[in-house]
Amino acid sequence: MGKYILKRLIAMIPTLLGAAVLVFFLLRLAPGDICEVRLLGTGATVAQEQIDICRESLGLDKPQIAQFFDFVWGYFIFDLGTSMWTGQPVTHEIAIRFELSLQLAVMATIVATIIAIPLGIISAVKQNTLIDYFVRGFAIAGIAIPSFWLGLMIILGLLVFSQAWFGEPWMPPIMFKSIWEDPAHNLSQLMWPAVATGYRYSAVAARMTRSAMLEVLREDYVRTARAKGMVEKIVINRHALKNALLPVVTILALEFAFLMGGLVVTEQVFNLNGLGNLMVDGVEHHDFTMTQNLVMLVVIVFVITNLITDLAYAWLDPRIRYS
Amino acid sequence: MSKYARFALALAVGTGLAMGATGPAKAETPKKGGTLSYIVAAEAPSYDLHKESTFAAVHPIRPFYSLLIRVNPENPQSPTDFQCDICVGEVPKPTDGGKTYTFKIKKGVKFHDGQVMTAHDVVATYNKIAFPPEGVASVRKAFFKMLDSVTAPDDETVVFKLKFATGSFLPVLANPMSPIYSAKDLKEHGYDWHEKNVNGTGAFKFKEAVAGSHVDGVKFEDFHMQGKPYLDGFRALISRKMAIRVQAIRGDRAAIEFRGFPPKQRDDLVKALGKDITVQESDWNCVLLYTPNHGRPIMQDPRVRQALTLAVDRWGGSQHLSRIAIVKTVGGIGFPGHPLSATKAELVPLKGYGTDLKAARAEAKKLLAEAGKSDLKFELMNRGTDQPYKIVGTWLIGQWRQIGLEVTQRVEPTKTFYNELRNTKNFDVSLDFNCQSVVNPLVDTSKFVGSAGNNYANFKGQDQQLEEIYEQMLQAPEEAKQRELMRVMEKRALSDQAHMGVTLWWYKINPHRSYVKGWKIAPSHYLNQSLDQVWLDK
Repeated sequence: MGKYILKRLIAMIPTLLGAAVLVFFLLRLAPGDICEVRLLGTGATVAQEQIDICRESLGLDKPQIAQFFDFVWGYFIFDLGTSMWTGQPVTHEIAIRFELSLQLAVMATIVATIIAIPLGIISAVKQNTLIDYFVRGFAIAGIAIPSFWLGLMIILGLLVFSQAWFGEPWMPPIMFKSIWEDPAHNLSQLMWPAVATGYRYSAVAARMTRSAMLEVLREDYVRTARAKGMVEKIVINRHALKNALLPVVTILALEFAFLMGGLVVTEQVFNLNGLGNLMVDGVEHHDFTMTQNLVMLVVIVFVITNLITDLAYAWLDPRIRYS
Repeated sequence: MSKYARFALALAVGTGLAMGATGPAKAETPKKGGTLSYIVAAEAPSYDLHKESTFAAVHPIRPFYSLLIRVNPENPQSPTDFQCDICVGEVPKPTDGGKTYTFKIKKGVKFHDGQVMTAHDVVATYNKIAFPPEGVASVRKAFFKMLDSVTAPDDETVVFKLKFATGSFLPVLANPMSPIYSAKDLKEHGYDWHEKNVNGTGAFKFKEAVAGSHVDGVKFEDFHMQGKPYLDGFRALISRKMAIRVQAIRGDRAAIEFRGFPPKQRDDLVKALGKDITVQESDWNCVLLYTPNHGRPIMQDPRVRQALTLAVDRWGGSQHLSRIAIVKTVGGIGFPGHPLSATKAELVPLKGYGTDLKAARAEAKKLLAEAGKSDLKFELMNRGTDQPYKIVGTWLIGQWRQIGLEVTQRVEPTKTFYNELRNTKNFDVSLDFNCQSVVNPLVDTSKFVGSAGNNYANFKGQDQQLEEIYEQMLQAPEEAKQRELMRVMEKRALSDQAHMGVTLWWYKINPHRSYVKGWKIAPSHYLNQSLDQVWLDK
């Protein structure tokens, strides 16, 4: 197993290098640069000399290949550079947002798992009954409703109903505080985006759980278990569910990786200072250092999550052994 | 009373409460204490206002600093009412035929780190802005083209000597992006230090900033205006999405957003909060233009450009667009209502400003036929921002279709938009804008001159007459002469040559929680942000 993990970790290097080449050069294909956005974005009158000073100070006047080697070399010496927009170290900018994004991803995954797995099981066991139709409708609605719209409706609903019931409109806090610093504030801010995101996420996972369960429930070993007179609860939970979970785990893991940096719209709707918003800012501002490092972070999260998922397979299905 | 009548009444009451913006307000005794939370729609690139040009830097950073002079916060609508901030008494009158300004500096003004401010700090600041050393960025260097030198004969006196007398100098000094820095800080820490550090003489001291989240300030006990500020502190919260900015005020997570909202959002807040919301409204020193690219053969004939302006129903557009967009006022090249700007009677004779729309459009068709361009097709490049670009762009296309033109719209994200406008010049006609802080038409109208750095119509060197009129106007000592020349320039730029087209001037709408007192709307979202006079009636 140790050898297998080591091999996978080494295999990450060409993946990361390929991603680095792609992100670096694709970003520079777009016209315009950060100095124009920063100095001219408000319609100001700025001399070309000032724009040139700005470009020089950010290293944009260097040949692209030199900029690329600076970028890659930064990973070897653990220096990701500074944001071209704020001038702060990229690691500092990411660290500020990482806790929020991680907590939200974990909360949304918990919400999704709590909803998706029971609903998927019930839906499969009660196939073609009213319960099944309801769960399928719930799941399709979750996939169809954009989470940003759901987010806006949640905020509007909170404002309208709190005003109607308590006389004063209330909305979740719009400034992040760590759960260790102020748990009530933290949860009252993050529970709503976790629900909005978790619902869509659960819809996908519930449909996957249902179809995997339906497939497993038709397997010979399940029929054998029932023929032996085994209690239905044990048949479902011990024999069917564990085997049906493999594709569900894959979906949950990929969604989790996506949530780390991919919650762009939800973060905007709930005014969350997370990695998704940072990515949008980076792209909007043409902040190359920030954007390329964030893309690399997402790539790393995906690669690691995939590795963990593969390892989880072995735990779920003893027939799978890695070497 | 129907719900519509109730809504109209609430809106009227809300707007009426804002009369302090335009008329005398009932004197109230300010209450001390509290923290003002307000929303800023973007994050400041740095804390150095000398280097930045965005309101996102002004709103959270300006309260930390003082200016030499500032727009009177009690009368910010006036384009000529300036008051001393760190100077003594009244703003001085120029001597030496309008070429010398001598300021006496307040004694005992302290920086937040305890340094005592002197005239040498003012000199160091203006030298950094107007005469930066090679390689040092200063985006407002061009504003000071009239400045010859700034010196401090002693610790309490600052003397500005100008190359020529001009009425544009005082408004330039009052620019909120020119806060006073410490000469010692500049000398010891260098010219980049203020990008990440704050040390001013303003009403509030820097407390903390969390990137992407907020900036906090606390009351500066040694502030140079006795009894101020009234607030204990402020929190500038960053929120990019307008829906959240509006709901944050509704849900009282923030009390105000200083930039402004469109009419629909104002109406929603008034409807939801009634007397708890106050609306202040004002003309805005920003104007949306359309810029024909003179480099394109189809836009080289002045008759074609005149046809474009003749087709536009500005007076009608003002009525209809102001219901859905942040534009309203019909104006020429200068900020509407400024003494130097055109009145309606002066605008009407210009092409595109007449009140007989049918006749104007008939003339437009005739001009196109004479130019052999009756079946003209072109593309309007626009910026991918709803308010007010896409709304006004779509409206313009509708106007041009009325004279038989076939116009398509290409919408680009901001950075591509500016790259095309400024560098590649890959457009037939583009939306463009001019947005300034202190109302200063003598400087602001440089946008309409072909040689200006922010003129993208691509006619540099092709209209020497216009350049000369502008230079004469800039250097004319008398207001009457400046006004006369501005009319000549306006006629040439917008009517005779129709180099560019003014659509509508922006309209600023600030709905805020009614407990916010002491803040009056200014004609720019860059102005009146020192917050020392703001208090909370809670």
